Amino acid sequence: MTMQTQTHDSPAHAATANPGPLLEVRDLKTYFRTEAGISKAVDGVSFEVLPGEILGIVGESGSGKSVACLSVLRLIPDPPGYIAGGEIRYRGEPLLEKSYAQMRAIRGNEIAMIFQEPMTALNPVFTIGMQVMETLRRHQRLSRRAARERAVEMLDAVKIPDARKRMKDYPHQFSGGMLQRVMIAIALCCNPRLLIADEPTTALDVTTQSQILDLMLELKARRDDASILLVTHDLGVVAETCDRVVVMYGGKVQEVGSATRIFGQPRHPYTHGLLASLPSRHRKGDGPLYTIPGNVPSALDMPTGCKFCTRCDRVFDRCRLEEPPLHRLPDGSAVRCHLLEEEAR
Amino acid sequence: MSTPALLEVRDVSVAYPIWGGIFRRRVGEGRAVDHVSFTLHKGETLGLVGESGCGKSTLAKTIIALLRHTVPGVRYEGQILFHRPDGSVVDLLALTPRQMRPMRSEIQMIFQDPFSSLNPRMTVAEIVEAPLRVRRVKGRRAIVRDLLARVGLDPDEQMGRYPHEFSGGQRQRIGIARALALRPELVIADEPVSALDVSVQSQVINLLVELQREFDLTLLFVAHDLSVVEYMSDRIAVMYLGRIVELGNADAVYQTPGHPYTQALVSSVPVPDPNVDRSNRIQIKGEIPTPLNRPTGCPFRTRCNIARPSCADTVPELEPTPTGQLVACLFPPGGQMERPPAEA
Repeated sequence: MTMQTQTHDSPAHAATANPGPLLEVRDLKTYFRTEAGISKAVDGVSFEVLPGEILGIVGESGSGKSVACLSVLRLIPDPPGYIAGGEIRYRGEPLLEKSYAQMRAIRGNEIAMIFQEPMTALNPVFTIGMQVMETLRRHQRLSRRAARERAVEMLDAVKIPDARKRMKDYPHQFSGGMLQRVMIAIALCCNPRLLIADEPTTALDVTTQSQILDLMLELKARRDDASILLVTHDLGVVAETCDRVVVMYGGKVQEVGSATRIFGQPRHPYTHGLLASLPSRHRKGDGPLYTIPGNVPSALDMPTGCKFCTRCDRVFDRCRLEEPPLHRLPDGSAVRCHLLEEEAR
Repeated sequence: MSTPALLEVRDVSVAYPIWGGIFRRRVGEGRAVDHVSFTLHKGETLGLVGESGCGKSTLAKTIIALLRHTVPGVRYEGQILFHRPDGSVVDLLALTPRQMRPMRSEIQMIFQDPFSSLNPRMTVAEIVEAPLRVRRVKGRRAIVRDLLARVGLDPDEQMGRYPHEFSGGQRQRIGIARALALRPELVIADEPVSALDVSVQSQVINLLVELQREFDLTLLFVAHDLSVVEYMSDRIAVMYLGRIVELGNADAVYQTPGHPYTQALVSSVPVPDPNVDRSNRIQIKGEIPTPLNRPTGCPFRTRCNIARPSCADTVPELEPTPTGQLVACLFPPGGQMERPPAEA
């Protein structure tokens, strides 16, 4: 199965003839040791981030989307987690073979990350200014004075009013939206090529969310070759920001494609079900919403065969026995479903 | 709405105390809910939307008196008239805890967090049975089995299990079964689906709609997710900084929002369609003020893109608009007045 997956996994890459992906994740396996056995949170995931693109990874809780991203930066707590296999290449360099010191030089300078909860991601006992400066001093070896100037510049860039004065404030004096701006400032202060944003707006209100997304797009527009890997469960956010989308379920990539194709013509029954069950596309008078039956299975008790077979409304015998490979489509996208083969016959 | 009123909220304000000084004296107060009025008719769903801190949850909890008897020093004003099934009318804000108790079988609540709202040391059967036991209802086991089956759980299999053995969506079903156990008239649902996964959300939404029909429920649906509220509600009330700024039929509020805040809120909701043009969206600047530094006049004027100097002088009241909803704005955009020239 893995052999097959490898041969099939190269979506969109061949279609665009450019210098090659910025980040390439191949057959990544990140497992966790638990009392109940090994939990395969990420089980053979492959995707790539092209230079200058915004790639969205969508999935529900437990799909493995966050773990996949943390694996890229080697931030999986070990124990209990460990990377059991696969390859992660950043600009051709294998990240999994780097030492801790080498990884530290890559984090922040090359690949930066924003987390979901800005309230907990910042240290409450240090001022905002110190936390932005820390990154600059550590990764860019700037002097205290230079770091301070640059920090003010960055806070200005993320539109924190009165930035110089607010450097002295502590995190609790900022609102959630403002803290997320600070997180973005910290992430971008070393000018990384790749920004990994893990649910950056989930903890925020809609009007703040829209401000933060616009800010990210605006900052992205300033640097052409920089890429964003945006992890979210919100399909609306993906549709508004991403060029390409990876849909994950049960620790596997289920569908990959351009945002227009995924939202216009979803091919995987899971993607289709997710879109159909959104209330924004319906009215109460139209009758009940489409539902995907059942619950998201736990990583400890995944079905054999297709991970979605227990909830799929188009399931047939083969799905329960054999995991489908990631089928490539002519437009560069890919779908992990047996139906594609059935339809081709 | 032609159906009779079930709940009349009249000019209700809720103010939290601010304690200060070495003697912990009351030095001020923050108005979480500020002169709110609306009527909930029998059988309808009223959606209450707004961002965090707008007072929607405080209002919901005030109706069912969850804060009143537990949090000291909070000041309440106004009346909440509840029309009981026996025809009598009571002011919920004037009741003592003891007098409130019988009301609780007529008004029930579904909570946001399915993880903290169920007692981890009680089995599912005990949780759903609890309200029945308090009211000394006969034949409880049978009722519990019936309720669990009704919300899509398997009574034989799952009655003896504990909450941690269930997923978020299933726990929310247990919470719904508990809320319906006493056959309430009014159910207050405070963000009932926002903690759930997308693929499970629609299951719970459908269940709520079905049960509403079957049990003839009146729903006060509190949420921040506009698309869910729009789907669920007959009417929508939009709150900002403790005040209702717009109230009207769900279609009207969503399709032709009258208040500048509602317009920004509606246009901020991400649309799951990459082909939708985002360029003409209305962006709100700045941050929501806290109830402690409430602006004078219109509460929204500090962030409003069409605010005028005179907005600082008068607090706007809800007035009918040509599209049929009530809007609290002195110069409603697209209404009688044209927009002022672009900002200098």
